[in-house]
Amino acid sequence: MAYLFVGIFLSLIGYMVYFNVKLKDDVINSPYNSRQNAYEERIVRGEILANDGTVLARTDTDEEGNETRVYPMGEVFAHVVGYMASGKSGLESSENYTLLTSHANPVEKVTNEFREEKNKGDNLVTTLDANLQQVAYDALRTNGAVVVMEPDTGKILACVSKPDFDPNTLAEQWDEIVNDSENSSLVNRAFQGLYPPGSTFKIVTALSYLRQNGTLDGFSFDCEGELTAGGYTIHCYNSNVHGHEDFAAAFANSCNTAFSQIGLDLNRTEFAATAEDLLFNRELPLELPYSKSSFTLNESSPDALTMQTAIGQGDTLATPIHMAMIAAAVANDGVAMTPYLVDRVETYEGTKVRETAPEEFDTLMTAAEAATLTDLMQGVVENGTAKALQDVGVSIAGKTGSAEHGDLSEPAHSWFAGFSNVEDPDIVVCVIAEKAGSGSEAAVPIARQIFNAYYNN
Amino acid sequence: MVTVIVNLSRYLILILMLLYTLQCFSVFGRKTDEAKRNVMRKQIVSMLFMDFVAFLVMYLQTEDVWMAYGCAAVMGYIIAVQVLYRIFYPKASLLLVNNMCMLLSIGFIILARLDMDQARKQYLIAVAGTLVSLAVPVIIRKVRSLKNLTWLYAVAGIGMLGVVLVLATVSRGAKLSIEIGGVTFQLSEVVKITFVFFIAGILRTDTSFKNVVIATVVSAAHVLILVASRDLGSALVFFVAYLVMIYVATKKLRYAAAGLAGGCVAAVGAYYLFSHVRQRVITWKDPFAVYNEVGGGYQVAQSLFAVGAGGWFGMGLFEGTPEKIPIAEKDFVFAAICEELGGLFCICMLLVCMSCFLMIINISMRMNNRFYKLIALGLGAEYAFQVFLTVGGSINFIPLTGITLPLVAYGGSSVIATILVFAIIQGLYILREDEGEQIEKQKHKKDKPKKPGKPGRGNRRKEEREEYGEKTLEEKIREQTEKSLNW
Repeated sequence: MAYLFVGIFLSLIGYMVYFNVKLKDDVINSPYNSRQNAYEERIVRGEILANDGTVLARTDTDEEGNETRVYPMGEVFAHVVGYMASGKSGLESSENYTLLTSHANPVEKVTNEFREEKNKGDNLVTTLDANLQQVAYDALRTNGAVVVMEPDTGKILACVSKPDFDPNTLAEQWDEIVNDSENSSLVNRAFQGLYPPGSTFKIVTALSYLRQNGTLDGFSFDCEGELTAGGYTIHCYNSNVHGHEDFAAAFANSCNTAFSQIGLDLNRTEFAATAEDLLFNRELPLELPYSKSSFTLNESSPDALTMQTAIGQGDTLATPIHMAMIAAAVANDGVAMTPYLVDRVETYEGTKVRETAPEEFDTLMTAAEAATLTDLMQGVVENGTAKALQDVGVSIAGKTGSAEHGDLSEPAHSWFAGFSNVEDPDIVVCVIAEKAGSGSEAAVPIARQIFNAYYNN
Repeated sequence: MVTVIVNLSRYLILILMLLYTLQCFSVFGRKTDEAKRNVMRKQIVSMLFMDFVAFLVMYLQTEDVWMAYGCAAVMGYIIAVQVLYRIFYPKASLLLVNNMCMLLSIGFIILARLDMDQARKQYLIAVAGTLVSLAVPVIIRKVRSLKNLTWLYAVAGIGMLGVVLVLATVSRGAKLSIEIGGVTFQLSEVVKITFVFFIAGILRTDTSFKNVVIATVVSAAHVLILVASRDLGSALVFFVAYLVMIYVATKKLRYAAAGLAGGCVAAVGAYYLFSHVRQRVITWKDPFAVYNEVGGGYQVAQSLFAVGAGGWFGMGLFEGTPEKIPIAEKDFVFAAICEELGGLFCICMLLVCMSCFLMIINISMRMNNRFYKLIALGLGAEYAFQVFLTVGGSINFIPLTGITLPLVAYGGSSVIATILVFAIIQGLYILREDEGEQIEKQKHKKDKPKKPGKPGRGNRRKEEREEYGEKTLEEKIREQTEKSLNW
């Protein structure tokens, strides 16, 4: 009996240790924690740097000791680096505690404490590539988002969202920007924007077909430009008629009627299971706020909705980072790596404090399934809707999308998700350009500029 | 200069606390009485030094002259208690006296930090409580009818809890205390003692099924009234004391198992029946998810922020912001201490609490009289479980139950009741020492067979024992007074 009570005392002590070792950082980092501000009185906030050392955020102190947070790259990194105005966002928020912690030389720290001088907080070295980010930022001329990441590590090299804002002057423009509900410039569309995935979703439909039939061989379809079922008619984009197609051709042509038929033939419960395997309706391992993608098909869904869903319309919604993760998993033999933005934390003098190691998040599909999808996506570049990427000089696999939205009166959202150097993939690029037309018209040229920038530098 | 002292003091206070804690446990390794007393003296020095440093830092930080008075008052209290015990009860457990002083000191320090008015009130109540409690060991020794008042304890206990249920005003969702002439009384604190006396009384001679059922029914009445008052923490403490005492008195595992099973069923039932119980569990699972809801995670989250901010070494006194924690001086005093004095300090404090518990169990194990044995055990179980509930709640190890840390947290009834509990334990300890000596003497004389087998039989022997006790007591007093004046 006495041992039992000694046990509960020891369990309390054990939990205290566990809390301090394991849970403390997450708890302290909570946005509800107003104590973080107290650190600002003792620590000069650390810098946020790109992977080549380009300064993305720093704190300047004037002679009177007033501190100003400066963002030399302005709008280009606005969403991912974040702001400090009324509250914080981006890395400024998620890594607030890191930036306000100093791992500088202890002797120096104690000396500073005794002199009542502030210590210098740790610097955050991100995975972001200043050049790629700039190229992506310049290439994307409409509202939308671009995500570039390494499929085999999960490093995010670029993360652009438009419309944007200037974090240097945000405080002055705060009311104006917050009240502008039309643009919602503060939202990081790359992580939080929920879009119909359009034809990029055919990657999911193709995988589900592959799983339910065991092979793509033997598929054939005669496209007449439209297909009617359940009183609803699906048209191919621009009412094209693709004629006789095998599976690869239907995928490369992004043939809506063929994929609607595939959708009707699929077991809808298993289709939903495949979508959830590919992270729909699931939490993603991201450190910045994101939206959860949704897929709602089930056995009782009507034919019309099933046809729309199979081509990425209907009720399905996805975020750009999610589509990038799917493409990355295809590139990485089916394994999705955890995307990350913080490469390492250093003291202000450059001594390493901690480094993020690439981490497998989940296996989304088998290596064989990934290889089959890669072939399909390579076909899109070789003789399909992304031919414009052929002149980059490396092998590229991808899928375009033209997502209808709203009341269909405006041009479609233009999508591209794909990866380069198929044998040993280098980067994944995911682009969405809002209301910019078909995937080949807008998103593919943007992706092309990014691939070119990556290989020509 | 002040910054230097504040920074150094964080580590100094921790080192003194570490030393004190080590001495709590190293004392058991000492063979001779003198060596043990030596360790006890070192503990007093660590304690006084720690109080001095803490109040000095607080004075430097606030330049409030009350900090200086507070320092003198706390140190004066400790010295007075030590001297009084050495004079009146030289055979008392000095470790228990030291631990009581230590926990009270920690309480005074953190209360002075949070709110000087409350610290002053708490101090006066503690002094009054200690003076009253000095009579308790005598009462335990002299008043032998204590064990015959079984039903008085039950009626008084249920009566007091009933009065609270009917008359109390609701504070933070629970009915905890009643107000008489501007003074609030948290009667459940007193009932904790009468409750244990009741169970010990009814099971002291007869542990038949019938008596176990009676004990169960009366306990259930206590617990249910507390549940109706929404004082979940106290209800749990009572329940655990009941379980432990039944098990030890009957030595039947099936009673304990049945009680535990009943408790589990009741807990699950409460979860589905009462939304406030459910809310506590939801909050426990993820306090941040329900941060903004009414009765949600705000309190626990603030407590966790404080514990996190403190880290291992603490922010230093007046360097943190424990005033951000709701009810920091009561339910969340542990978090406030964590923030300013650090996680290591708090772990030491938990070890001191555990040392108190072990000492109480140790006394219980060696009592021959089942009434006293059960009392010590019941009070020990209540104490330990209360620490577990409040500390576990503030670090979100378990759902929050709204109960305070004995001797440390602010609360007059709680402080008085806990000081009384410690005095009762001291009374039992002294009784045990007497018994021990009597056995020794009997062995020497060899004219009597053995100690009395069952209590209640042989009044003559008892009177003799009393006599022996008296004589040795007088001798000892003389001896110890000399010693204690010399140290």
